[in-house]
Amino acid sequence: MLFVAKRLGSALLVMFAISIVVFLIFFATPGVDPAARLAGRGASPEVLSQVRHAFGFDQPLPVRYVLMMDHLFVTRDLTSYVNIGDKVVPQIMQAAPVTLSLVLGAAVIWIVLGLGGGILATRFRGSVVDPIIMVIGIAAVSLPAYWVGEVVNLITQDRLHDSVFSWVPPLGYVPFAQNPGQWALHLLFPWLTLALLYGGIYARVLRAELVTAMGEDYVRTGRAKGLSERRILWRHALRGSLSPVVSLFGLDLGSLIGGAALLTEVVFGLPGIGKLTWDSLQNLDLPVIMACVLYAAFFVVAANAIVDLLYAVIDPRVRRA
Amino acid sequence: MPAAPLLEVDDLRVAFRTRDGVVNAVNGLSFTVGRGEVLGIVGESGSGKSMAMYSMMGLLDNPNATVTGSARFEGTELIGMPLPKLNRLRGSSIAMIFQDPMTALTPVYTVGWQIVEQIRTHEKVSSQAAWKRAIALLDEVGIPDAARRAKSYPHEFSGGMRQRVMIAMSLACHPSLLIADEPTTALDVTTQRQILELIRDLQAKYGSSVIMITHDMGVISEIADRVIVMYAGRAVELGGKSQVVRSPRHPYTWGLLGAIPRPGQRGQRLATIPGLPPGPHDDQIGCPFRSRCRFAMDECSEMPQLRATGEAADHLDACWLSGDARKSLRGEIA
Repeated sequence: MLFVAKRLGSALLVMFAISIVVFLIFFATPGVDPAARLAGRGASPEVLSQVRHAFGFDQPLPVRYVLMMDHLFVTRDLTSYVNIGDKVVPQIMQAAPVTLSLVLGAAVIWIVLGLGGGILATRFRGSVVDPIIMVIGIAAVSLPAYWVGEVVNLITQDRLHDSVFSWVPPLGYVPFAQNPGQWALHLLFPWLTLALLYGGIYARVLRAELVTAMGEDYVRTGRAKGLSERRILWRHALRGSLSPVVSLFGLDLGSLIGGAALLTEVVFGLPGIGKLTWDSLQNLDLPVIMACVLYAAFFVVAANAIVDLLYAVIDPRVRRA
Repeated sequence: MPAAPLLEVDDLRVAFRTRDGVVNAVNGLSFTVGRGEVLGIVGESGSGKSMAMYSMMGLLDNPNATVTGSARFEGTELIGMPLPKLNRLRGSSIAMIFQDPMTALTPVYTVGWQIVEQIRTHEKVSSQAAWKRAIALLDEVGIPDAARRAKSYPHEFSGGMRQRVMIAMSLACHPSLLIADEPTTALDVTTQRQILELIRDLQAKYGSSVIMITHDMGVISEIADRVIVMYAGRAVELGGKSQVVRSPRHPYTWGLLGAIPRPGQRGQRLATIPGLPPGPHDDQIGCPFRSRCRFAMDECSEMPQLRATGEAADHLDACWLSGDARKSLRGEIA
C-alpha cells in the first residue's frame, strides 16, 4: 500500500514539474512574445501593451503560471489565442474519447495478437510456425501507419466497396453513447491497422523473453519436478517474461493516447487528440498546445505509474524497492 | 550389494553433433545404484558427470544431442521413454537438486507454492493438505519458523536456506532416488557441511538412494558408499569409498587425492595434475588421460577397459599399469 502511495505521489510530482517546464518553454522563451502574435502584424506599442495587460503577460512569471493553471484546471475557461472565444478544455474533452476509443480498442487486439504470437512461436520453436510468426511480426512492424491505413481505405472504401466491403461505413467517428454498433464498425479498420503495427513488436519481444526464460535453471527444475511443458511455459516462464512487455505496453499506450496515433487518426478521419495537437501546432495556438502537451504528459506519466504497480504485482522482487 | 539394483546404467553415451563433427560427452558409462546406496560420481568440470544424469532424466533439450545405451530404473528403461511417462517418474520416484540454488527456484512464486506444486503434480491432495505438508517439509530440512517462511519468495532466502528449500521440494514425494548435482558447490564451506549432513540424515531416515555428483573428493569421503571417478566422459575408477579413497588405483585418482590440502602438510607445495583435460575434439582413441599421465606407456594408445586389477573383485579401474607396481608408483607422486 505504501508502495502504491509513494508511486502515485512521485507521479504527481513529475506532472507538476512537466507543467512548469512546458509553461516556461511556451511563455517565457526569450524572443517568443505571445502578445505580438495576438496583436497581429505591425501593431503599435500601445496596442501591444494593451494586449499584454489584457492577457496578463505583464505580470511576474509565477503569477502567470498560477493563472494559466487556474484557467486550465479550475475555471476551465482557457481560450484559444487563434480562434478567440474558443474554449480549450471542451476541445480536448471532445477529442479525448475518440483517441481513447481508437487506442484502447486497438490495444486489446494487439495484446491478444502479440501475446498469442509470442507464446505460439515459443511453443513451436524449431518448427516452421516460429519463423513464419516472426517474419509476419517484423513485416507488420516495418509498415508505416499511413501507408497501411491508405491501402485499407483504398480497398474497403473504393476498390471492393461495391462487393466484399459494402458493409464498411464511411470514414469518421460515431460516439459510443450514440450508437455502440456504429462506433465499433467505424473503428474496426483503424483498430486493426494500429494493432497490426504494434502486435508484431509485442510478439517478437515476448518470444525473445520466453526463449530466454525457457533456458533458465528454474525451467530445468520444473522439468525435474515432472511438470508438463505447457505448465512450465504458462506458469513459470511466462510470468517473468511479461515484465518487459508490460513496460513496453505502458509506454506505447501513454504516448498513443497522448497523440502519437496522429497518422492513424488523420488517415481514418478521426478527430482525436493527435489531430487537435497537429492543428494547434500549425497555428502556433499556445494555450491549445500547452493543454495538449499537458494532457499527453498526464497519460504518459499515469501509464508509467501503472506499469510500475503492475511490475510489483508480477515480480515480488520489485515490491520492497 | 542387493540382487536387483534400483538403477542399472549400461553403456550410456551422449553424443553432440557439432560443426566439427560428433563429440562424445559421455562415452560408454556403466554403473549400478543399489537401494539405499549413496553413489558418488567425482570428476572435473566437463567430465560428463552432469551430462550423464541429465541424459537419463530427459533433461537434455539440445536438438543436436543423441543419447544411446540403457538406463533401467526399477526395471523400466528411461532412455527414450515418452515424455508423459517420464514426467510421472520425474519428481516422484526420481528427484533432482541442482548446483545453483539461487536460480533453480522460480523467482516469482513463494517457496511454499513451489513445494505445493511439486506435491500436487504427483498426488491428488487438497491444496490445504499440500500446504501443511510443505510446511512440515520445510521444518524438517531445518528452516526456522517454517509456517511463516513458506510464504516468502526465493530471493528472501540465503543460498544455504534456498538449497534446503530445494531439498525439501525434492523429498516431497518420497523419491526412491535422489540425484544431487553438485548441491554444495555454490555454497560457502560451513554451509556445505550443513547441507551434506542434512542430505545424509534424510537419506538415512527415508532410505532413498542418492547419486551425489561433485568435483570435491572431500564431499565423496563424507557421504558416499561407492565412488565412480570420471574422466573425459568415461569411468576410470569404480569401487567402494574406502577402496577408492584409501587405496586408489588409477593415476588420475592419485592426482585428485593428492590435490587435497591436508593439515600437517604446511610449507609443501600442493600437488596438481599437469596439463588440461582433452578437449571435446581431441582424438578419442586410447586412454584419454595419457597426455597428462607421467606413467604413460605405449599400451596407452589403446583404450583400457574397466577391470579389477587388485585383490578386490569389485574395485575396478581402467589403466594398463600392472596391478602389483601401483603402490610404489603412487609413492613417486606423493
